[in-house]
Amino acid sequence: MTKITAALVFCLFFALAPGQAAAVDDGGSLVMGTIGDATSMIPMITSDSASHEMSGLVYNGLLKYDKDLNLVGDLAQSWTVSPDGLTITFKIRQGVRWQDGKPYTAADALFNWQFMVDPKTPTAYSGDYMKVTKAEALDEHTFRVRYDEPFAPGLASWTLSQMPRHLLEGKDVRASELNRHPIGTGPYEFVRWDAGARVVLRYFKDYFRGRAHISQVTYRVIPDMATMFLELKSGGLDWMGLTALQYRRQTETAFFKKNFVKYRYLSSSYSYLGYNLKDPRFADKRVRQGLSYAINKQEIIKGVLLGLGRVCTGPIKPGTYWYNPKVRHFPYDPAKARELLAQAGWKDHDGDGVLDKDGRPFEFTILTNQGNSYRANTGVIIQQRLAQIGVRVKLRTVEWAAFIKEFINKGRFEAVLLGWTMTPDPDQFDIWHSSKAKPGQLNFTYYKNPEVDRILTEQRRTFDREKRRALIFKLQEILAEDQPYTFLYTPDALPILAARIKGITPAPAGISYNFTDWWVPKALQHPALTR
Amino acid sequence: MLTYLAKRLAMMVPLLIGITFISFLIMHLAPGSPTDLATDLNPKVSEIAKERLTKLYGLDKPLPVQYWNWLKRLAVLDFGRSFAPDGQPVLSKIADRLPITVTINLLSLALVLVIAVPIGVYSATHRGSLFDQATTVFVFLGFATPTFWLALLCMILFGVVLGWLPISGIKSLNHDQLSWAGQLLDYARHLALPVLLSAFTSLAGMSRYMRGNMLEVIRQDYVTTARAKGLPERLVIYSHALRNALMPVITILGLSVPALIGGSVIFESIFAIPGMGKLFYDSVMARDYPVVMGGLVIGAVLTLVGNLLADLGYALVDPRVRSK
Repeated sequence: MTKITAALVFCLFFALAPGQAAAVDDGGSLVMGTIGDATSMIPMITSDSASHEMSGLVYNGLLKYDKDLNLVGDLAQSWTVSPDGLTITFKIRQGVRWQDGKPYTAADALFNWQFMVDPKTPTAYSGDYMKVTKAEALDEHTFRVRYDEPFAPGLASWTLSQMPRHLLEGKDVRASELNRHPIGTGPYEFVRWDAGARVVLRYFKDYFRGRAHISQVTYRVIPDMATMFLELKSGGLDWMGLTALQYRRQTETAFFKKNFVKYRYLSSSYSYLGYNLKDPRFADKRVRQGLSYAINKQEIIKGVLLGLGRVCTGPIKPGTYWYNPKVRHFPYDPAKARELLAQAGWKDHDGDGVLDKDGRPFEFTILTNQGNSYRANTGVIIQQRLAQIGVRVKLRTVEWAAFIKEFINKGRFEAVLLGWTMTPDPDQFDIWHSSKAKPGQLNFTYYKNPEVDRILTEQRRTFDREKRRALIFKLQEILAEDQPYTFLYTPDALPILAARIKGITPAPAGISYNFTDWWVPKALQHPALTR
Repeated sequence: MLTYLAKRLAMMVPLLIGITFISFLIMHLAPGSPTDLATDLNPKVSEIAKERLTKLYGLDKPLPVQYWNWLKRLAVLDFGRSFAPDGQPVLSKIADRLPITVTINLLSLALVLVIAVPIGVYSATHRGSLFDQATTVFVFLGFATPTFWLALLCMILFGVVLGWLPISGIKSLNHDQLSWAGQLLDYARHLALPVLLSAFTSLAGMSRYMRGNMLEVIRQDYVTTARAKGLPERLVIYSHALRNALMPVITILGLSVPALIGGSVIFESIFAIPGMGKLFYDSVMARDYPVVMGGLVIGAVLTLVGNLLADLGYALVDPRVRSK
């Protein structure tokens, strides 16, 4: 099955790559399914993925990520970091216009920084921007920011969607028209938004990189995955993300092979089993390593993701610049698990099948949030494997808000099954630094390692990519050795697209990074023909 | 009658305040707050940003103060702005979703009445007949079938296999380019499945009510009298018995008034209908207090008004109630 998909993708790539420049047609439309509606078209005041996705084609940042998740210029033609790492100077592209015709200048860039740090802006993301002590527009096309100390992750924060100063300055953002009708510099212009139903975008003819080929993009809100799939099948959608089950069992028919192309690549998130390191049992590294050996990650991927994922060894996304493949692995090895636990004093002294130490049996509760069946199923598989080496596990699911408030923030848990997003910038400070091991902070497993603290601080000060990479590599080695979490898996993203859409070339960044290059052959542009 | 009306209206004010107070309290007792849900477990959210958000929403003030402020605004019919990032006024948010929900509910209610009343009457007058037994099985099937399952089956049949009806949503992508009649047809095609299905599931209640009432009425002396004086059976049933049997239906209709603005989350999710049920559910999950409270107030007012209307309707129809 996988081979067929790979072959399809392969064929597509080779069929298009040589002749692409000559045979690209403009026009046509694309309808995409999404589970949730956007909450606002001003992305920086929202925290849901739908808002960011739907407004993504309307705006540009100063910088953006390319297909390999490296930072490149977008509205900024180039940028320079001063040798001391304290100032970043952006050279802004000439001739860029807002969709209402006004020119985009450094004054807009400056305004966007002011907007982010303004206490009246209801954004949750002001942190990175408040580290900037001085920002100025030196001339129409030069924007400079200054930090008090070098802050390498700060560079990634300039992917910030640029909002129009002339429409937002001095206005109450929560009452702004832009919430419902965005105006940006991006490849697509906003057309309409029917609350809870759809968002329609049309190509912007004066886009500074030349018009996007596909003329109209529609996001349809369909909250139910089964309905969305039926819409796809009946021709009402061209693009959706499949579930593992749909990918494996429901799209292998001749109909789908003829009309659609499936893609499969690593998503940017991972799941883990995190231990409360304030619990004396888990404070012992040998116990954590033992548990990691006892959990069969391949089996979880096979059972929960139907094989559509990859074992994860640390918090950095495999296949990217920052990923270190040479760290300690913990393959399934129950004998080694027993041995490590025995070294830590956990043996079955009374012969009841459960390990014990000082008369206390080894049992703990794994907590996870309600509504995520992948996690619930993962818990069951872990429970059964740990029972085999004599560790008794209970499972408990709790509604998200209560889960965070009552258990995570207060540190009232023994182990949790959760996931993190893997950001393109490798800064892991907030999750692993000991200063963040406080109630309500992200290092809620209370991991403390002075060497890790040093690396985390150092990498933030290092703009030199090679040097920073060496530090991030070291960090991954230590985390793999320490196993503060048992890193479980990274699931695959499984988009499916109508076969008439051409120009898609999967890369580490996924498929949508070159959306403006996608196109539909003239003969297939009439919507009726897509059924 | 007028004093009765005035008394009932005056009674509604403290009742309404009580309802809002309890709702407000329960909503705020639920763990988590609007800012948490936007900021929890997100590495890019700083502590200061969290505090700022709390202040912006006025959530740093004590609960009684928050309630008082809300109540003061409500007194001038200001429901406030949603906590969702777009900060839309609550009323416009509800106004966006209300028409479609009310349309579907009204159509389905009308359909239920049109089908259930005759079924009930006929079953009662032909008690124990094959028709009676068949319709009993039919309406209870509707009652017992999980809607989401039936909905998916219908979508597969009519949407995918036969291709007669659209699967979800309330209008086509090219809706705006259609003529006036075309637009109406487009709506009708989209609404066909949701309306039919929601009517199917509520047939049981109404038709059983009707049948039960009818059975009771038929046994009354005045029906025997009517028959005795030689009226044709049709007239006896439809003119004398049915009118009286319809009385409890008025009560049910009165009680359905608040249900007209409520949508089912499951139903709306399956059919991708942007209605009230989904709005309300999402607002609760996001702890969007102003929208939740707005929905609750409107629901409470309609419930009270519905009850009042039912009572008044009763008084108009039934002389015995009026005289009390």
